[in-house]
Order: sequence, then structure tokens, then C-alpha cells
Amino acid sequence: MALRMWASSTANALKISCASKAHLSPAFSLSRCFSTVLDGLKYADSHEWVKHEGSVATIGITDHAQDHLGEVVFVELPEAGGSVSKGKGFGAVESVKATSDVNSPISGEVVEVNSKLTETPGLINSSPYEDGWMIKVKPSSPSELESLMGPKEYTKFCEEEDAAH
Amino acid sequence: MGVSGKPAELLEIEPVLRDQVPVIRRFTGGGTVVVDCGTIFVTFICNKEAVPDLQPYPRPIMSWSGLLYSKVFQGIGDFHLRENDYVFGNHKFGGNAQSITKSRWIHHTSFLWDFDVRNMTYLKLPKRAPAYRSARGHLDFICRMKDYMPRSIFIDKTVEAASTQFSLRSFESEEIETLSETEFHPSTRLLSAEELEADVIAGR
Repeated sequence: MALRMWASSTANALKISCASKAHLSPAFSLSRCFSTVLDGLKYADSHEWVKHEGSVATIGITDHAQDHLGEVVFVELPEAGGSVSKGKGFGAVESVKATSDVNSPISGEVVEVNSKLTETPGLINSSPYEDGWMIKVKPSSPSELESLMGPKEYTKFCEEEDAAH
Repeated sequence: MGVSGKPAELLEIEPVLRDQVPVIRRFTGGGTVVVDCGTIFVTFICNKEAVPDLQPYPRPIMSWSGLLYSKVFQGIGDFHLRENDYVFGNHKFGGNAQSITKSRWIHHTSFLWDFDVRNMTYLKLPKRAPAYRSARGHLDFICRMKDYMPRSIFIDKTVEAASTQFSLRSFESEEIETLSETEFHPSTRLLSAEELEADVIAGR
């Protein structure tokens, strides 16, 4: 019971800040969602995003994820040249006493890693979809992208997840 | 030390090496603690659905643990969860760390049962400290649990609080090892003297 009260008071506090976020850049109505979801990306249910451009896909964690994690203080990333598998962990972010796995939405070869995150892990908080990107991958099975969520679906997924807790 | 801890920033390396204090890097986040024969470790390893209505993120998990321990310390020493520490008043007696994966999470605490003042001199003042610490040195910041509660009472009450959330069975530690059939390679490891020295040089 106490957790519900805590959660709803936090949600109410976030709603106030969400209202101002709604005027900035999102593609979809944020009437009940508390974080930004961007058009043109695909989303995993573990809260990572993928941007597929030609032969390369860029991956990071969503605004919803960074908001729930808190201030990111350390990022663990794979080496370029390594491989990632759909649904499996490829790295981790550390925030507020916790290290949290980051999972790859797709399989493929890591072709580039965002080295700025070593010095400035906070980019994940301030710019989760742009400067806070984590890895770039050459997809080995492009059809995997089709099973990911689009922006509308992901927005609804976040709303349902937050409402259920 | 937590997963990303830099030894040279967190430890007084010279006395650590001189006194051959083992330094262990955990796989969980969080800070640095001195562990001695009195430390009490309490660890929760949970599947994502194990606690109803709990989102598997650091702050909800920390809050949940705070509620659980509130039952243990009811009426004792002005207990609360302060930022991410367990405190009596504004004195810390338990540090927390977590690791969260897709389908499960671990939350563990090392409770400062008692401590030797000399051991605190191995620790530097961390760069990243909670606001309520207010730049206090270790001895002004922490307190001894044994001054508040007998050890057996703490253990019994923690087990009792856990039983309000989960059904409980008791195992001896030797039994736990034989239960597991999977090959397990721990990532928690002992840091070598060479690694500790190298970190000092790298810092310079």
C-alpha cells in the first residue's frame, strides 16, 4: 500500500514536469506518459531504442529508462568488433548504487561504441536519444527490427507498466 | 568496492598494500565498505515478479527495502532510509548495492555491526557522497549497530520481516552450493597488488 502511495505521489510530481516536456519535441501525445518517445525509432520491452539507417543501427536506452534509473555515473560498453544478440545483455549502466544491464534489441556486429560515455556518462540522462547513444551495430538479421515496438506501441507499453506499479 | 570504483580514489593504497588488506571488486554498484568478522550481510535475490507492484529500478527497490527494515527497526534509534543509506538519525550503519538484469535483481546490504576505528583509515572520503553526509569524516558519519540492538534480535527480526513478504525455508550454506547445477563464473574478484599500484600511477 505504501508503495502505491509513494508511486502515485511520484507520478503526480512527474506529471507536472511532463506537461512542460510536452511542448518540446515528442511525436506523440504525452497525456499520461511521463517520458519522451521519438518517431522513427523502434523500441524493446526492456526499454532500449534502435535507429536503423542503411546498414547501421544505433542503440541506446530510452528516456523512460534513464528517468527511472536516476543519475548515470558509469557506463560499461563492449568492444567494437564484438557481437550482440537480440534480447541479451551487452553492457550496463551504473546509477544510484545499482548496476543495470542494457540489452540489445537486435543481433549483429558492434561497429562503433560511444567513447564519450566514459568521460560523460550523464549524456545518457541529458540526451538519451542523441548524444547518449551507446553502440552502433551492423544488423545480422534485419527482420528482427519488425518484431520491435513502434513509438505508439512503446508509449502505451510505458503507460501500462507505470500504471501497473 | 562497487563495480566502477577506482581504488586510488576510494582507498589509501599505501596502508592497504602495507597491511595486505584484500580489496574485492563487486559486480554490484555502490560504494566502498570495510568488511570485518562482525559484518552482517543481508542479500535479496529476486525474480522480477517476486515482489508484486515493484518496478525493477534502483529507487523502488531501495524504497521497498526501507519499508522492510522499518519493520525490523520499529521504535529503535530513529531508523530511516536516508538517500540510499540506512541510518539511525543521521548516522549510517548500512550501505546498499544492487544489480538489475532483465529478469531479476539483487539488493544487498553490509550492516556495520561494529568496527575498529583503525580500519576506517583505509578509506578516503568519497568524491560522490550523499548530501546528508555534509563532508563529515567516517567516524562522525557512521555508527555501530551493536549499540542499538542485539545481533540475534536483528537477525530474527529480519527473518520475520522477510516472512511477511515471502515464504521462508532454511538452508545451511553448504547445501546451497550443492543445489546449483549450472556452471558459474563469478565476476566479483580480488584485485591484485599490481592493479592497485597501477591505479595510483594512472591517477598521477
